[in-house]
Amino acid sequence: MRARDPQKRSRDFKEVALGLTKAQAVKEAKRCLQCKKPRCVEGCPVEIEIPRFIAAIKDNDFSGGLAVIREYNMLPAICGRVCPQENQCQGGCILGKKSKPIAIGALERFVADYETATEQSESPVCIDGNGHKVAIVGSGPAGLTAAADLARLGYDITIFEALHEPGGVLTYGIPEFRLPKKIIHREIERIKNLGVKILLNWVIGRTQTVDELFQEGFKAIFIGVGAGSPKYMNIPGENLNNVYFASEFLTRVNLMKANQFPAYDTPVKKSKRVAVIGGGNVAMDSARTAMRLGAEKVYIVYRRTEDEMPCRLEEVEHAKEEAIELLLLVNPKEIIGDERGYVKAIRCDKMVLCETDESGRRKPNCSGEEFTIEVDQVIMAIGQTSNPVLVKSVKGLDLWGAGYITTDCDGRTNIPGIFAGGDISTGAATIISAMGAGKRAARAIDAYIKETASLTSQF
Amino acid sequence: MFKILHKDAAAPQVTSLIIEAPYIASHHQAGNFVVLRIHEKGERIPLTIADSDSDKGTITLLFQKIGKTTEELAMLKAGDEIRDIAGPLGHASPIKKYGRCVLVGGGIGSATLFPILKALKREPNKVIVILGARAKELLVWPDKFSEYADETLLTTDDGSSGRKGFVTETLKEVIEESKVDIVIAVGPVRMMQAVSEMTKPYRVKTIVSLNPVMVEGTGMCGACRVTVSNKTRFACIEGPEFDGHEVDFHELVNRLGFYRAEEAEALAKFKSKCKGKCKK
Repeated sequence: MRARDPQKRSRDFKEVALGLTKAQAVKEAKRCLQCKKPRCVEGCPVEIEIPRFIAAIKDNDFSGGLAVIREYNMLPAICGRVCPQENQCQGGCILGKKSKPIAIGALERFVADYETATEQSESPVCIDGNGHKVAIVGSGPAGLTAAADLARLGYDITIFEALHEPGGVLTYGIPEFRLPKKIIHREIERIKNLGVKILLNWVIGRTQTVDELFQEGFKAIFIGVGAGSPKYMNIPGENLNNVYFASEFLTRVNLMKANQFPAYDTPVKKSKRVAVIGGGNVAMDSARTAMRLGAEKVYIVYRRTEDEMPCRLEEVEHAKEEAIELLLLVNPKEIIGDERGYVKAIRCDKMVLCETDESGRRKPNCSGEEFTIEVDQVIMAIGQTSNPVLVKSVKGLDLWGAGYITTDCDGRTNIPGIFAGGDISTGAATIISAMGAGKRAARAIDAYIKETASLTSQF
Repeated sequence: MFKILHKDAAAPQVTSLIIEAPYIASHHQAGNFVVLRIHEKGERIPLTIADSDSDKGTITLLFQKIGKTTEELAMLKAGDEIRDIAGPLGHASPIKKYGRCVLVGGGIGSATLFPILKALKREPNKVIVILGARAKELLVWPDKFSEYADETLLTTDDGSSGRKGFVTETLKEVIEESKVDIVIAVGPVRMMQAVSEMTKPYRVKTIVSLNPVMVEGTGMCGACRVTVSNKTRFACIEGPEFDGHEVDFHELVNRLGFYRAEEAEALAKFKSKCKGKCKK
């Protein structure tokens, strides 16, 4: 996909990837073999009929193509931008064996953006309501998907969001240059047009409890609160000034618009030499954000090699183009502060890859060699874990691991009427897998409510 | 949107706002706080819930003008609206029957103690309140406190009200006079540190309510992390109250000063723009 010039883009927050032109999209669509047993569909967590939407593009029927996607996925402009297609739909594409797979993500983005560029805002959709209320906790990808699917089935949906903006990680986590906020707003407006209500500043577990929601007449509750709590390394110096968890750094910029301080009230420290610890998308987003805030040098410090990096291929490519340096096989062991309590360097171990671990990746071990990098800011992006606020407020809910909700494949928890999906049940994963979970839970919720309704009507 | 129903002064330099927020009011417990954002471009700041009325559906917030956001908040009037308020956040205070309790409030921090006082009295407990401030203008609600407390002792640094001196001196006398079962101290970090250091040799359990920099306030960003018993804790969801004898106050002071330059810049810009009289 076309992208903006790295030198220019790395100093502003405008979108990096430019998307396909009409001609490019049609040409790309024509390459599709329209397989009888499409492996791309198998790779898609929300089971979009990919060959069908590509066929429509080939015929210049862009809105038809989009309609196919929307049968399965209400967030095409978002997924087209942030899905790890290389591991999913495109990973399965038969053309990829000999040459390049079809750019399915780019095509998805194209049809969604084409509509935005050509069409006026959509008016509310009229759906016959069935009168049953369902509560969705969290307005991230899992919650939005469950909400949209249930609303289309006629349920009366209210989403409860703790922050002052909807979107969850899409809003506070993913930077503007990768996923512009106006795209999120548009997709959310479309979901609201299905009759979905969103209550902001509403912290379930605090502002209201799950029990109270049941008392208010909600027949089922879907918990999609994500895994928003930052992990830390437990090394000395993590609480020095100018050590950020990626979630704080990105929240300040993405949600609070700290890059526009003082026009916006929230500040963020702009630093010269920045080390970002981690190799996932959040690490790439943090590093590229630090660059855009004016850093002279940004390092990504990762303890394995580029092959093991969990981020999307495109993200690390873009980061490298933007002059971000990867320090591979390097693991920080201490953050060193100056006499004022501010970061001045990180001390690191050189690593070597050894035997394969439980994640299927080769495990890094210390080589015995160490070195120090001088930096004035450190951003920890080593992962997120479960946030206990809601989870602990629900008595008797079965949990696993670090406080994730135990569910079956369709999101049923051990408590009838309570469903969960996305990162809060699987641990940190991808946007599209959270959407898949929201979708399966919506089906399970529909079945559950129909079943309980028919039981009660028998008596 | 959250409507301001009433505005007055809790002390000459302390503003009190009564705000319509029925769900927060009905779930408020002593020790909780809210995070608010005045408008679209505002920052999120935590403020203690100083009082609530679940029948009327209101909460009371107290604050002193210390930065751009509190200056701006103080300009709002009854009838105006605050765009976002989330809460009640944080753990509730550990309320039970202790026996003889001492609440020590420093300046605006005293606001946090008012609901704690009321809750402790319901158990019941004997509660002595020590309120301290730089000067009389910053002493919060001395009359309201004495309505509930068994004893209310005032101290000011300049002697303009009550006894001249620091709260720690008065606290020391109270502890030496007879056994104290718990001290809860809320105020400036240096004051909470001094109280904790003072009570430690007496082995009096001492709870402090910390006020680190916060962004979202629900455990997601980690801005508010503090070190307690050598462990990193998030004040927003694991606090804000911690054992004062275990808190790393030095680190807290350091982290609280991290944005001082930006805070000064924002305040200066705000004041120059409105010359002290703009509405928003």
